[in-house]
Amino acid sequence: MDEKDLRNLIGDVKAGRLSRRAFVQTMIGLGLTAPMAGQMLTSAGVAHAQSKLAYKPTKRGGGGALKTLWWQGPTLLNPHFATGTKDQDGSRIFYEPLASWDPDGQLTPTLAAEIPTPQNGGVAKDGKSVTWKLKKGVVWHDGKPFTADDCVFTWEFVADPATASRNISTYKDIRVEKIDSHTIKVNFKKPTPFWADAFCGVGGMILPKHLFEAYKGDKSREAPTNLKPVGTGPYKFVDFKPGDIVRGELNPTYHLPNRPFFDTIEMKGGGDAVSAARAVIQTGEFDYAWNMQVEDEILKRLEQGGKGKSDIVSGGNIEHIQINFTDPNKDVDGERSSLKTTHPFLTDPAVRQALNLLVDRGGVQEQIYGRTGLATANFLNQPSRFQSKATKWEFSIDKANQILEAAGWKKGSDGIRAKDGKRLKVLYQTSINAPRQKTQAIVKQAAAKAGIDMELKSVTAAVFFSSDVANPDTYAHFYTDIQMFTTTMTQPDPELFMLQFTSWEVAAKDNKWQGRNITRWKNEEYDKLFRAAESELDPVKRAALFIKMNELVIQNVVVIPVVFRPRVAAVSNRMRVEQSGWDSDFWNLQNWYREG
Amino acid sequence: MSKYVLRRVLILIPVLLGISLVLFTILAMAPGDPFEELATNPNVPPEVRANLRAKFGLDDPIAVRYVRWFVSMMKGDWGFSFVSRVNVDDLILQRLPTTLFVLGSAQVLGILIALPIGTMSALRPYSWFDQIATTFAFIGFSLPTFFTGLVFILVFSIWLDWLPFIYRADISATGWRWYWEHVRQAIMPVAVLGLFQGATLTRFMRSAVLDVVRLDYVNTARAKGLSEKTTVVKHVVRNALIPVVTLLALQVPTVFGGAIITEQIFRVPGIGSLLITSILANDTPVVMAITFVISALVVISSLVADIVYGWLDPRISYR
Repeated sequence: MDEKDLRNLIGDVKAGRLSRRAFVQTMIGLGLTAPMAGQMLTSAGVAHAQSKLAYKPTKRGGGGALKTLWWQGPTLLNPHFATGTKDQDGSRIFYEPLASWDPDGQLTPTLAAEIPTPQNGGVAKDGKSVTWKLKKGVVWHDGKPFTADDCVFTWEFVADPATASRNISTYKDIRVEKIDSHTIKVNFKKPTPFWADAFCGVGGMILPKHLFEAYKGDKSREAPTNLKPVGTGPYKFVDFKPGDIVRGELNPTYHLPNRPFFDTIEMKGGGDAVSAARAVIQTGEFDYAWNMQVEDEILKRLEQGGKGKSDIVSGGNIEHIQINFTDPNKDVDGERSSLKTTHPFLTDPAVRQALNLLVDRGGVQEQIYGRTGLATANFLNQPSRFQSKATKWEFSIDKANQILEAAGWKKGSDGIRAKDGKRLKVLYQTSINAPRQKTQAIVKQAAAKAGIDMELKSVTAAVFFSSDVANPDTYAHFYTDIQMFTTTMTQPDPELFMLQFTSWEVAAKDNKWQGRNITRWKNEEYDKLFRAAESELDPVKRAALFIKMNELVIQNVVVIPVVFRPRVAAVSNRMRVEQSGWDSDFWNLQNWYREG
Repeated sequence: MSKYVLRRVLILIPVLLGISLVLFTILAMAPGDPFEELATNPNVPPEVRANLRAKFGLDDPIAVRYVRWFVSMMKGDWGFSFVSRVNVDDLILQRLPTTLFVLGSAQVLGILIALPIGTMSALRPYSWFDQIATTFAFIGFSLPTFFTGLVFILVFSIWLDWLPFIYRADISATGWRWYWEHVRQAIMPVAVLGLFQGATLTRFMRSAVLDVVRLDYVNTARAKGLSEKTTVVKHVVRNALIPVVTLLALQVPTVFGGAIITEQIFRVPGIGSLLITSILANDTPVVMAITFVISALVVISSLVADIVYGWLDPRISYR
């Protein structure tokens, strides 16, 4: 698919021949994010669709208590210090960004009066600035008005390296200026195609200047407001016990009419995912539970005759297998998997293709993940005329055998293939997690039939995902032949995500294995495409570049995508909520209500 | 006696110091990183993580960190949680009342079960009552609390739908309803822990009473014509309690261990669940503080046991 095809598709959406959702799904299939697809449509002038969640209550309050369950409780309530989604979600009850991402990847205004577009003059033609108009008449929970000063301050606060905020990369390269009391201008150093990062979504929550002003930089940890948030959100802060519970009550001055519906909100933490699912789906003690990392079989059993159901939306998480292009067994200058080596057999495209054919994604989905993991090759079939042959997945032991045979890998007396004295013995590592061990077993079985001997290794998650420089078992060291984990694409723009295949990001001893390219794959064409995408302002051309990059990665079998993991929440049958895979669970909290 | 107590208290200092050193070293060398989630998030540049590590002094040698920890601990500063950026003592104090309430109630329940049943069993050994009590006691302390906890949830919350299985420290109701809600949600965790404690104590109580009841002075008391009730309550139980009281103190660590798991199952916001979440989040200062507090409690309770033992039984001599 190239730029022309994309333009045709967008034309179809505009003319109503193709649904917005189908377009977004196709883009996701091509390896793009929903927000990026949404941005393409917006820039082409396709009107925003309305949120699917119709809000029925006709007055504010009266809804009683809303009880939600997070099996990891929030530990602090400053969104810019969050260490995980639990903290971002806890903060999102009270704080709001200028705009949020809906399930289709559309930017919807929250504290902004409107979404900037090239048409309304919000997005500069040269791509170097974007102007936001803020909603008027919004007040903080303590009665002070919300103005452009708060936005400018939030930028200053987060961008200060001494603050050590997790959102620093979003804010450090921009400059925010106040135009008037309710207009701000975000300036970029260079033309920036994806401008909807600062002040949007989970990283975009605005802090009140009057309460944080005295606690910038080094002193940021001491701000009392870190634990007692004062925001603009639908609920006001009541009480917080780190790791245990957050409570809020209706905000009588909320900036949307008739909202919120509930009188109080409670976010209880702790326990485990299965019992959280029970409390919502089976006993109905709670109304909503987050992140159901529960086997689909259990969810289905709970749902039978229960009081709730599981709510599944797609996001950007992909469980995938990475292939090592360097030799994990050779020690060069004190590091293994060094760039100075090449892998004895995984650099042979035939072996990688065979491996790709040996991963039974369909089986993994069916037997392990069910509705919570969908087989993928980064691609979807809809609409079929754009089906890319390059990114089709297939499971065929016969074909794998044929490819290996043709490439000269002959089976030895022990059934293991070898060529020039190199034997196809693969060490396959992942973190300890029941579904992962089951997946490993499925792959190993198929590989054995094709003459590839796999040794399985599992590492405790705490070690595997740690950044410990001295520990050889981390995923970044990658001292095995192949490895598997889920990569999260939380940020709406794929640029950072795709950075992980560029040649200058190789994880090595020199950068303490902090480089993002873990497979150590190097490809000039990919690098060129990436550089081009960094400065390409036309969203459609840029999307075409990312699609090409994705195809390169898939065609070269640098990684083998296994399943696409959607977000699963447990929701009471009477609750009306709308989840989005691109934002916090609470992105649309103001519209939540209960029926009957 | 006072000299003995003083000496024991003085010995405490090096013991606690040693414990803290061992704990600190193990935690510092354990794999994992409090900023692990930042590491896997491609949005966070590595400099931010390096900056945080430097800011919290994680890159210094272990010895330097230990001395720093020790000095601030002496000043009453327990450090602050990397994860929630709250002072550790605040975090612990917030959780302590719930833990004490649940553990205390469980301990009381255990004693209320163990004393009468243990005594009755011992007074009529091998009667049908004793057989039943023994059977239940064995079942009680053979089943781990995490198992009984799950069984309780299955029966009382899911099948019968009588009790909530999620414990909430903040209950918005007022008046009688507040008390009722608190009792209702505490029933299961307290019962799980209390029954486990009770089962063990019943066996101790039974053997203690059995030892005492055969002694001559009991026969003398009976021969004097004292009523059975007075004999048992004033002469038998009182003396039988001596080893049991010591055991109660020595069981504090077991109780804490059981509480950690029970708190996790019922989502009781106590110290135990704080410890677990902190371990999972690699929040070393909190883990260090809680493990240190628990080990200090263990050491102190064994000291208390020694002292109480001597006080109850003056035949024990102190040297």
